[in-house]
Amino acid sequence: MSTLTFDPATYVDPEANARRRAKLWHDFLYSVANHTTLIFMSVIFMMPLFFVVATSLMDRSQTVSHSLWPHPFIWHNYIKVFQDVPFLRWTMNTVLVSTLGMIGTVISSVPPAYVLSRLQWRGRSTAFIIILATMMLPGQVTMIPVYVTFSKMGWIPSLLPLIVPAFFSSGFSIFLLRQFFTSIPDEISDAARIDGCSELQLLLKIIVPLAKPAIAAVALFSFLGSWNDFFGPLLYIVENPNLWTLGIGLNAFQGAHHVEANLMMAASALFMLPVIVIFFLSQKVFIEGVTLTGVKG
Amino acid sequence: MGKSLVPSRKRGTSGPMQPRKKLKVPWVFILLCLSPWILGFLLFTAYPMIASFYQSFTKFNLIESPKWIGLANYKRMFSDDPDFWIAMRNTIWISVISIPLRIAFATFAAWILTKPKKGMKFYRTLFFLPAMVPTVAASMSFTYIFNPSYGPINNFLQHIGIKNPPFWFLDPVWSKWGLILLGLWGIGDTMIIYLAGLLDVPRSLYEAASLEGANSWQSFRYITLPLITPVIFFSGVTGIIGSFQYFTQAYVAAGQVNDYSHSMYFYATHVYFSAFRAYEMGYASALAWVLLVITLLCTMVILKTQKRWVHYPNGSLFK
Repeated sequence: MSTLTFDPATYVDPEANARRRAKLWHDFLYSVANHTTLIFMSVIFMMPLFFVVATSLMDRSQTVSHSLWPHPFIWHNYIKVFQDVPFLRWTMNTVLVSTLGMIGTVISSVPPAYVLSRLQWRGRSTAFIIILATMMLPGQVTMIPVYVTFSKMGWIPSLLPLIVPAFFSSGFSIFLLRQFFTSIPDEISDAARIDGCSELQLLLKIIVPLAKPAIAAVALFSFLGSWNDFFGPLLYIVENPNLWTLGIGLNAFQGAHHVEANLMMAASALFMLPVIVIFFLSQKVFIEGVTLTGVKG
Repeated sequence: MGKSLVPSRKRGTSGPMQPRKKLKVPWVFILLCLSPWILGFLLFTAYPMIASFYQSFTKFNLIESPKWIGLANYKRMFSDDPDFWIAMRNTIWISVISIPLRIAFATFAAWILTKPKKGMKFYRTLFFLPAMVPTVAASMSFTYIFNPSYGPINNFLQHIGIKNPPFWFLDPVWSKWGLILLGLWGIGDTMIIYLAGLLDVPRSLYEAASLEGANSWQSFRYITLPLITPVIFFSGVTGIIGSFQYFTQAYVAAGQVNDYSHSMYFYATHVYFSAFRAYEMGYASALAWVLLVITLLCTMVILKTQKRWVHYPNGSLFK
């Protein structure tokens, strides 16, 4: 190597160095500001949940005091909920309704979504527009005649009106599945058809396995939808406490018995817990599902 | 979509023998697949719509069969039902305040989430979590947390020196703000859609802007905002549809605190009370149809204005 003076690889312009340091400093401040905001907002988002859990562990006198932290911790509240409130029965009812509703939604929404996205036929786009329109239709418009029908069939009060309609597919689920099915290349279907696959085989053996994430999202949304539903149970089962689901039970029971706040919060926490656990287990499916139903056409 | 990635169909067939046979449409299969939806549509949408439209011109109490009374139900709404106007005022109030607030908050929350180099997923989980909480549990918890005398929020506010914090759900002036906070707390699912929109904005645009010397507000205002107008449009439409059906939160909160002043009495509440407390099914049907017409009108107004402010980079569903 020569001993020549100027090597662009190692030469450092002092001014550029200062500029770089300024930029680093600026970036650092910027990131501190971002994280501070994010942490602050996270604390606010988490605070109500913290208060619910904290209150659920207090004793009764503490819930009407000014303290924010349980002292002592009354874990027994979580047992008392099951003794004072028919919590187990509500949970069983909710699990039943949500699980059957989920099964019904999936098996009745996959086939329509399939023919609406992967087969060409006349009237397809009209059918799809009708489905979109029914999604926008306010439930109040159809609520009364549906109620009258169920009541004539002797299904009120019973869990049937909360389960059976799920077996008649839901516009939202069809929409979500269709969005996903459309993104599977047509060539896959063509190849299978050339190999002698019938449409039914094609749907069950090829499309369904490929669309697992979307089907999982539909199942999840449907399950959570029933789990969180309040209006349906309010119409159909409120008269019979044996049929109460968690949502209606919590609200109606509180109205009738004025349960202490700590037990109420313990019950609320137990009501939230499964949903939060499900969320942590399936976050990816969940967030992709929400995104899929957004505006991304 | 994905189609451009794979060779076009026309080229695929090998040999000169025959043009590709057109696929026969398997009509039986199509009808079978659609049958759950068709039946559901007839049973739970088409028939009920016709029936409720008819019932809206009748007096109907579930026990006796509907009696035709012409437009009386519709007239009653506008001239002889003070509760209708209370519900209407409350609903309009909450739409006007909460829809823009929700849009602004969701945009901000999603925007700040895109900022950090690391940890976005962690914060996103925390921001999203409240949206998972069942509505009834959330509403009951909020009415307790915001209890004016011993709820933790007012305890906290007094700790930091606010002498007379609001009475929240117990005060007709503040109760709707309590509901709005409850709604903002559960912003998660809306926020996720905004986040997806923001992450879709090409990085190169921001880099170009920063080379031109744009500060972060300018790049937000002139790059981010225009590119997420489709998302804003979408949430505006669903927001309006949603606010006329706003029910559970208000019903639960009102039940918890005995809302004598009807400050949390909304349009959907009025439909429910008319139908299932007063058993005036005909009148409730008329209310429901007015709700449908209002929703349609609002949606059409936004649809009409969308050309002026919504930017679609490559076309969209709503075009």
